[in-house]
Amino acid sequence: MFEDILNYPFGVETIHRKKRSIKKELLKATVLSGRKIAILGGSSTAEIKDVIELFLLKEGIQPTFYESEYNKYYEDVIFDIGVLKDFEPDIIFIHTSNANIQEFPQLTDSENAVQDKLDAELGKFTSIWEKIKAELSCPIIQNNFEMLLDRRLGNVEAIDFRGKNNYIAKLNLALCEYANANDSFYVNDINFLSARYGLERWHDRSFWYSYKYALSYDAISTLAHSVSSIIKALYGKSKKCLVVDLDNTLWGGVIGDDGIGGIKLGKETAIAEAYTSFQTYILELKAQGVLLAICSKNDAKIAAEAFDHPDSVLKIDDFSCVKTNWEEKHINILEIAEELNIGLDSFVFIDDNPVERDLVRSQLPEVTVPDIGSDVVDYISYLDRGNYFEPACISTDDLKRSEYYQKELKRQSSKSRFEDYGEFLDSLEMEAEIVPLEPVYYERACQLINKTNQFNLTTKRLTLSELERYSVSDETLTLCGRLADKYGDNGLTSVIIAKTKGSVASIDLWLMSCRVFKRELELAMFDVLIASCSARGVSEITGHYLPTAKNSIVANHYERLGFSLVEEESNGGSIWNYSIPECYENRNKHIKIL
Amino acid sequence: MNKKNILDQLQNIFRDCFDDENLVVVSSTTSDDVEGWDSLAHINLIVTIEKEYNIKFSLAELAVLYSVDDIVNLIAEKAA
Repeated sequence: MFEDILNYPFGVETIHRKKRSIKKELLKATVLSGRKIAILGGSSTAEIKDVIELFLLKEGIQPTFYESEYNKYYEDVIFDIGVLKDFEPDIIFIHTSNANIQEFPQLTDSENAVQDKLDAELGKFTSIWEKIKAELSCPIIQNNFEMLLDRRLGNVEAIDFRGKNNYIAKLNLALCEYANANDSFYVNDINFLSARYGLERWHDRSFWYSYKYALSYDAISTLAHSVSSIIKALYGKSKKCLVVDLDNTLWGGVIGDDGIGGIKLGKETAIAEAYTSFQTYILELKAQGVLLAICSKNDAKIAAEAFDHPDSVLKIDDFSCVKTNWEEKHINILEIAEELNIGLDSFVFIDDNPVERDLVRSQLPEVTVPDIGSDVVDYISYLDRGNYFEPACISTDDLKRSEYYQKELKRQSSKSRFEDYGEFLDSLEMEAEIVPLEPVYYERACQLINKTNQFNLTTKRLTLSELERYSVSDETLTLCGRLADKYGDNGLTSVIIAKTKGSVASIDLWLMSCRVFKRELELAMFDVLIASCSARGVSEITGHYLPTAKNSIVANHYERLGFSLVEEESNGGSIWNYSIPECYENRNKHIKIL
Repeated sequence: MNKKNILDQLQNIFRDCFDDENLVVVSSTTSDDVEGWDSLAHINLIVTIEKEYNIKFSLAELAVLYSVDDIVNLIAEKAA
């Protein structure tokens, strides 16, 4: 019910009018992770905060907020950081706008004078960011600046160095440069959002003069959704897989009826061109690391032929999983989830048929099913405006993901030919490198820490800066493992973080990507952990298992390794202990350690 | 538009904005009488009313809207 209101195109009127009851409804979800978010505003933020809360609750994040006093975003950080420190924010959102620009160029200014103003403006903002980095080290989300509504100089306003919109464009470029040079700094692109929304509708003078909001009431949802999308991406809650229907979704017409010559694709007609554009958009999603899958009621052989159409941008090999049969779609999607080994909440399903959409929505509520309508001209907008696949940044591992899954299918097919599992493992010619966390691995390790749900003993999440602190501490022992085999490099796939005190090491975090389940990498990690412990004079290891809805696969992990049970907790968790024997024999038999 | 009708229609808007199914406002009701009717909720209420009646209050009007009576009178005038 409220799902639709919070999906593009947002039901803005209802969002504001019924925000209290929507919130109550969303709070009923069982799995919510708490996050502390500080909003530092250069204008009013109350309603923005309320709407961000709704969007985050929808993503399973329950925020607690700190709000700066009206327009005290600078003072709060520079002169009064203690209050913020006490709040211990997980994320700081700085909501500023062009109303917060201190000084614009004057027509009498020289080029140098304008540059000085620019430096002063950036200096003010940089001092905020640097202070946060030094004192709080939490991720910052910073608005860039939207264009001014009025332009006295006409087109020259954008072009001349004395033009105000020219000045704003320079500020925005400088913000991007800062973001590129600083991890944990993210720009909320309100310059783009306001342009797409329409500056005339984004700005509302009455709302500014009366209530000091720097944008119109109706635009608040667009802003809040964008901020929530960044937060969602930071915590690894962006979607991972797009499942598509075929007939009238990827091409016009029905391949089984119209045949390869009859379906609409290419440049010949308006409709054909629209379908081709949509396919191109999807292919670009794949390039960015989104997995593609097909779920269509069709004859498998006939459906596959459509991809041989000379104007089909997508080829059958672009899909990591193909289900073309007459089974119900929700059953097929469940199978896709199992084969790709990712959770249902990572899926977006698109289909032109509202009946199929409703069925999937009702049977698999975790799957996101945007109401894309039935006109191909709208498909891209619905998929794009949802920000479903928003990445926090572009990482090279993401770019290789589809390639990896295709190799995984090959691995699975060779698995069936071996009698003995050990023999199969040997045939993979696996090699692992297991070393303490180093800076080059931080980004990938952080990504793993925030999105691994299954093989994850404590599901402890860390921001990049927290991870860095762990890694450089003397009282912490960190290990990360990369696994390669004859089909390719799986990259960094396992992380252990343990705190050491005297002769005892306690494992705070142990996780492994589902990519390398059942490869005995966990045994290799344990061997190296034992060696590192011994080298430090540690003789006792304690482990903690904290159950979640998704990590039952590791419920017996410590028991299997030979730990003894110390305590069972009321929440189903357990604490384990292991004394390192004098002669420890390595457990791993199939992976060569480099 | 009849002021009595407007007051009846306003009940739903007030109940949604303050999330209270049993809330009843009368023309003499002011922000002091309704729990949660602070300056922030006031903005929400005013914008919801503007949208419901497809009207836009002027800056001068926004500055003097304090009671249900003020609101009803202004809607009657603007939506006429």
